[in-house]
Amino acid sequence: MGTVAVHGLCKSFGKVQALDGVTLDVPDGSFFVVLGPSGAGKTTTLRAIAGLEKLDAGSVHLDGRDATGDAPAARDLAMVFQSYALYPRHTAYENIASPLRARRCSSSEVAAAVEQMSSLLHIERLLQRRPAQLSGGEMQRVALARALVRRPRAFLMDEPLTNLDLKLRVEMRTELTRIHRSLGGTFVYVTNDQVEALSMADQVAVLKEGKVQQVGTPTEVYERPANQWVAGFVGSPPISLLACHAEGDRLVGAEGWTLPRPRWTTAEDGRPLLLGLRAEDLSVEQRGDASLSGELYGLEPLGDRTVVDVRVGTEILKVKARPTVTGTPGERLHVTVDLDRAHLFDAGTGLALSEAGR
Amino acid sequence: MAVSVDEAVPTGPVRDHTPPARRFGGRGRSVLEIALLTVLAVVMLFPVLWMIETSIKENRDVYAIPAKFFDFTVTLDHFKDVFIASGGRSALSVSFLNSVVVAGVSTVLATVLGVPAAWAYSRFAVKAKKDQLFFILSTRFMPPVVVVIPIFLMYRQVGLIDTKLGLILIYTAFNVPFTIWMMKGFVDEVPAEYEDAAMLDGYTRLQAFWRFTLPLLVPGIAATAVFALIFSWNEFVFAIFLTSSDDVRTAPPAIAGLIGGTTVDWGLVAAASVVFALPVLAFAYLVRKHLIAGVTLGAVRR
Ligand SMILES: Nc1ncnc2c1ncn2[C@@H]1O[C@H](COP(=O)(O)OP(=O)(O)O)[C@@H](O)[C@H]1O
Ligand SMILES: [Mg+2]
Repeated sequence: MGTVAVHGLCKSFGKVQALDGVTLDVPDGSFFVVLGPSGAGKTTTLRAIAGLEKLDAGSVHLDGRDATGDAPAARDLAMVFQSYALYPRHTAYENIASPLRARRCSSSEVAAAVEQMSSLLHIERLLQRRPAQLSGGEMQRVALARALVRRPRAFLMDEPLTNLDLKLRVEMRTELTRIHRSLGGTFVYVTNDQVEALSMADQVAVLKEGKVQQVGTPTEVYERPANQWVAGFVGSPPISLLACHAEGDRLVGAEGWTLPRPRWTTAEDGRPLLLGLRAEDLSVEQRGDASLSGELYGLEPLGDRTVVDVRVGTEILKVKARPTVTGTPGERLHVTVDLDRAHLFDAGTGLALSEAGR
Repeated sequence: MAVSVDEAVPTGPVRDHTPPARRFGGRGRSVLEIALLTVLAVVMLFPVLWMIETSIKENRDVYAIPAKFFDFTVTLDHFKDVFIASGGRSALSVSFLNSVVVAGVSTVLATVLGVPAAWAYSRFAVKAKKDQLFFILSTRFMPPVVVVIPIFLMYRQVGLIDTKLGLILIYTAFNVPFTIWMMKGFVDEVPAEYEDAAMLDGYTRLQAFWRFTLPLLVPGIAATAVFALIFSWNEFVFAIFLTSSDDVRTAPPAIAGLIGGTTVDWGLVAAASVVFALPVLAFAYLVRKHLIAGVTLGAVRR
């Protein structure tokens, strides 16, 4: 068993409202990712679950039982800190053994558990070193081992991969997923990297300025963002947003373009809207009936693909293209739009328009 | 106090030591600097040198006019007199023992009380924290002479006059604020996350402090304790007002008491002063690594 539920968490530091009514429901055994930019309140959320932060309001339930006032040690959780927080005077072995020693396990139990963890994380040769003698990636593994050495209710992980270089980060992503699958257990994983969220999560909660924007599977968050901000934060290159409004059966852009109105929108004529178009739903290579014209602004070759920046009036569209695409800046282009996959947001509230008819 | 700095402070990765840039002015400047520093050293050290010389001169040479700088007869009689009087231990040696007890116990008390307080001020949200800390510091603004009369009257009421306990209490009261202030800086330098991690491991908050934070504070505690010890060891005003009998008196008033009779045994005064100065020098020397570590504790990797 290992469910974590928080309800209406509020926490302010002086004038900064770090958490503003955060409610999350983490099912047993899931890999739950809290995604948000730096300063969104992710660390504060984890610390609240762990009992390290005194809350202004809200409750924490563990396994269905109210644990709001419990001491951290009584909550039976394990945490990987963003800074790793490895004990500087202890060897890696003693760091990993610490949760077991605190629970008075016999030294043979400790030795067996540490050995199992170190072989799982490939850190056998590092066990006698102190944190200062470890690289960032090695410290991260030791910190993970210290959390995983026990079977707590849930594992809390605060951006464990953020400080690693890209290659290691990609490697550890798959490895963490593998560990979750082999060990089981509930993971609450915090990150500011939307790729991590999309690739690892069973469920994602998107957090911004202490408020939950959307909770859903990675596909739901990517395909049906709840608002303009989520659409912009999730996805790379970022979604392009164009100001427009509906007029009869057409969408008319603020920059003068027109497109057929998507069949599913119910927006009344004249209401200010934002049309959200993802790079992969746009094309400069094939012609369709729905297209925008603009001029080539820049090319961003990324190896497996090239992102073409197209200027439409004063707005920039990011278009995904094959890596062989060429062009000169200023050249006129037609961008074909897959309107069935477009998103529409209310320009005032930023909320996604109902997609019920889709 | 025997923990080496290398153990107490985790060594970070080797930083590149850029050689200090050559000072502007080159050689001429450094000759001038050396000359000035030499003059300064002579001026500063002359009284010390004179004290040491006097302590090993025969009485005849002590009073010789003109003063003998080099060719005097060396004797250790004065040092013998410091410790042994006719018929057993001298009053001076008792006063040294008193100083050891009073300075030692008050320093231990100040450390035991001050370090946890500093930890609490550093880690917890305390109401009006800044005001409280300022108040604590402000108790040190007052020079001892200002408060010694009221304290004398209070001590007389409660029977603490002319007791070692009285001195221990007053020195502790003076050293606790200092310890809190010094130690708060050191505790601030140790990331609170070590304790957070320990609490998630299953330790209580106090266990987390004791097992994971306290060992990292050893250099700071050593530095702070030495300062407190030196204060208590050197303190004169309270000691002379609050104590009178030979078996309670600490060394500073006892040495001062040697001066003022019809004849002054300067050799004995000098020898007592040398003995009095030695522990301070020895301590400062023993913990010099800690004192430096105290200054560079910010190098702990976060
Ligand atoms: N101990 C603290 N004191 C003051 N402000 C804090 C503290 N912890 C967090 N904050 C503020 O709360 C907000 C959320 O912080 P945090 O939860 O660390 O964000 P994240 O982990 O998503 O980057 C930030 O604006 C941060 O500056
Ligand atoms: Mg954070």
